[in-house]
Amino acid sequence: MPTHSFILNGKQVRVDCSDDLRLLWVLRDLLGVHGPKYGCGLDVCKACTCHINGKAFNPCSVPVGDIQPTDQITTIEGLPDTVGQPLHPMQQSWLKYDVAQCGYCQPGQIMAAVALVNELKARGAQITDADLDSLRNICRCGTYPRIREAVVEAAANM
Amino acid sequence: MPDLEVGDVRARANGISRRRFIGYLIAAPTLVAAADLTAAPPASASVPTVQPVDFYDLTDLLTDAANLTAALITVTINSDGTASFALPRAEVGQGITTAVAMVIADELGLPLGRVNISLSDARPELEFNQLTGGSNSMHVLYDQVRIAAAIARGQLARTAAKQLETPAPKLMLKDGMVTAPDGTSLSYGSLARAAAAPRTRAVLAQLKPASQQTLVGTPQPRIDALEIVTGNKQFAMDLEVPGALPTMVCRPPTINGTALAILNETQVKAMDGVTDIAIIPHTQWVPGGVAVRASTFGQCIDAIRALQVQWAPGAAAGKSDADVLRDLISAELPMTPALGQALDQRFTFYFRPGDPLETNCAVADVRPGSAEIWSAMKSPIYFQETVAQILGLPVSSVTAHVTQGGGSFGRHLFADAAFEAAAISKAMGKPVKLMWHRTDNFRQGRVHPMCTSRVQVTYLGSNVLTFDQRHTSVATDFTHGLGEILSATLADLPEGDYLGYSQSVFTLTANVPYNFGPVTQLLNEVYHPPGSLFNTSSVRNIYSPEVTVAKELMVDRVAKAMGQDPYQFRRSFLRDSRMLAVLDTAAKAANWGKPMAPLTAQGIGLHHEYKGYAACVAEIDCTPQTVNRTVENGYTGPRVTKVTYAVDVGLPINPLGLEAQMIGGIMDGIAQALTYSLHLQNGYFLEGSWDNAYYTREWNCPPNNLPSEGIQVIIMPPNQSEPGGAGEFGVAASMAAVANAYTRATGTMPTSFPINHNQPLGFTPLPTVPPIPQSPTDGLQESF
Repeated sequence: MPTHSFILNGKQVRVDCSDDLRLLWVLRDLLGVHGPKYGCGLDVCKACTCHINGKAFNPCSVPVGDIQPTDQITTIEGLPDTVGQPLHPMQQSWLKYDVAQCGYCQPGQIMAAVALVNELKARGAQITDADLDSLRNICRCGTYPRIREAVVEAAANM
Repeated sequence: MPDLEVGDVRARANGISRRRFIGYLIAAPTLVAAADLTAAPPASASVPTVQPVDFYDLTDLLTDAANLTAALITVTINSDGTASFALPRAEVGQGITTAVAMVIADELGLPLGRVNISLSDARPELEFNQLTGGSNSMHVLYDQVRIAAAIARGQLARTAAKQLETPAPKLMLKDGMVTAPDGTSLSYGSLARAAAAPRTRAVLAQLKPASQQTLVGTPQPRIDALEIVTGNKQFAMDLEVPGALPTMVCRPPTINGTALAILNETQVKAMDGVTDIAIIPHTQWVPGGVAVRASTFGQCIDAIRALQVQWAPGAAAGKSDADVLRDLISAELPMTPALGQALDQRFTFYFRPGDPLETNCAVADVRPGSAEIWSAMKSPIYFQETVAQILGLPVSSVTAHVTQGGGSFGRHLFADAAFEAAAISKAMGKPVKLMWHRTDNFRQGRVHPMCTSRVQVTYLGSNVLTFDQRHTSVATDFTHGLGEILSATLADLPEGDYLGYSQSVFTLTANVPYNFGPVTQLLNEVYHPPGSLFNTSSVRNIYSPEVTVAKELMVDRVAKAMGQDPYQFRRSFLRDSRMLAVLDTAAKAANWGKPMAPLTAQGIGLHHEYKGYAACVAEIDCTPQTVNRTVENGYTGPRVTKVTYAVDVGLPINPLGLEAQMIGGIMDGIAQALTYSLHLQNGYFLEGSWDNAYYTREWNCPPNNLPSEGIQVIIMPPNQSEPGGAGEFGVAASMAAVANAYTRATGTMPTSFPINHNQPLGFTPLPTVPPIPQSPTDGLQESF
């Protein structure tokens, strides 16, 4: 069984499993990291959104064999450490607007929103309705309007 | 203490408002108190004249049933100064834990953060009082938990009075401290043991008047918000139950098919990580198929895709949308013969998924003499009692834990995953962590039944003479009864479901809020018993969205026929001042009648249910540049650009949570009117992913439109002493408003919903064999 290694929330981890096992199951089933949620396993619902080297991606659709030992994987659990705060500004904004309902999709929503804002900031762009429209994460509770408000506010604080 | 007086929880029925109730101090190590609401007479069951719901509705039914065991609902004061309450309801995102914590904290005089709410295991002794449904939880629990908390507060005061040698009425109970006039004080925690009752006895509760409530009616964020945003909220699949390995089921290519044989068991069992394979026959309770247990869910997916299974088809094999529609139309009850000018229209509402974002899932550990199951269950008593029978165990040997649910939307009224997990665990003799694949969740999970709703309105001059509605639906499954096995058994009898539940629920919810002369609204159903062809449930929500859309579209049409404005027409025919108030409020805030560009328009929808009133004004943009927007693998179409929603729920407990529920309901209303359905073809649903079933996405959501808001929810001030329902109350009025806005923008009244259902399919259906698709491998190319 091949050994895979990568940096998970700042710590080097090792796991023995086949190359083609999707990273979501490595995180959830083998490493016990439960922030990223299963919603479809098809790279559609985006509930499992995490970051790889600062960019949003969906571990349900990435074989662990494609992950390099130097890759930095960040889940919702590791997000605050990326800014050295108890909570990331996006999480603060989520609390301010009381965005969540059931909460199942929200870790993925937050991770996607952080990547979107970071990408806009890197380009020096202001967030627009079109940018918010580009977020594909499903929220079946329908929290979209509060998500939009929270992302706009966090963008001003990031 | 005040003189003896037994309160009357049905004060609303006889117009008397009282604030004193009887309840119990329960013998326990620390202070435990409960309510007694059985002394109250039933609600006034006056003879219905025009509309039964004017006198007794579904909320009353559920409340009267639940109150029979109110005395078993207890609030406990702990020695650490906290209060605990094991909520006999499911939390699926509706915010019931937060609202109940607010009520308890207010009544006790404790900071909100010191009230701990857990979800109660199934407690069969609660009978009808552990069903989460009908948007009824807050309505029924408001009195129950307040009384229990008030009794605890009274007992704390009596105990402190002795210790402080001060008469109880002179003590102040606030922020978890009992303080005497001289400033000496005792904490609730220090009093908890001394206040404990050595034996259970009845005592009086004096509730705080509304003027002394500091939390009820104020906006409070969810008590689990921090857990959610940090990823620490635990759902069923996050539990670490020893030995419970990932388990999934290979499902049949038709709805309710059953597995006959596995053709390559040896090869699949040898696959990486696979520990067990078992045929799980389809039954009334268990969807079934071939179960696979493995070290990871990824290996379950691989094994399911490799399985070769011989299937027997389900009873719906071969059926498509058009067949069901034909059967519905033939079952439609006759319309009252029309006298004079009549408008008559039938509307079709296609099947709709009941999918929450968390798929059906459960953990089960079934052993020879006991069983323990974890799942987000809204009828855990029914599950516990029924699964005990199936497993051949005494009810007391089955523990049913209610986990936090990742949404519900009617899906969790039935414990399908819990039944299935128990069956698999028994068959394999090992604990299992069962999770449904999303594709199965769409294709085999419970759906909102397809239905038609035909409306006939007769009118003369500027008067509506009659209004008749014939609702015909694929049978809605109510075999969960009132959440326990006795009423569920009644629902299970031949025709019992239809006569006892469907018809009752329809009669107790359908209504016409207008003075339209003689009104008839009748239901008929096809495909009995429920579950025989299609797996249905009260998917957010039962009949109201469809009944209301058909009704409100025809209201607009009559208004047009009379040459009247939709808003003014409604004003002149409404028969309830609270409905009029929400309509006026929404119309004013939305600036009803403002000039709109071509192919854009406003529309109105009204709805009365759950002791509440709602009015929605939606604005839609049907211009080509909006309709023809392209989103990769997404459906765009007309966009709702603004929604104004005025809601009167009597007594709002948590306006922030109530607003959230309305926003969610509006997102559902938009989806149900425009995009969200299932296509039935040859015995299975074509949709298999969220890119096929078009629930509202960000690109369908009203844009922020800064500085104004895309969504404005206006909560009417409290106007009665009790809360109505909220969980589903945002759906019907918004769906109707969107439908009316679309009609006014395009000049064409849609007659089937969602409006895009009969357009060319916007996706390539996934195969049915193997039943689930493999996960992609190119996720890194999509990163941003």
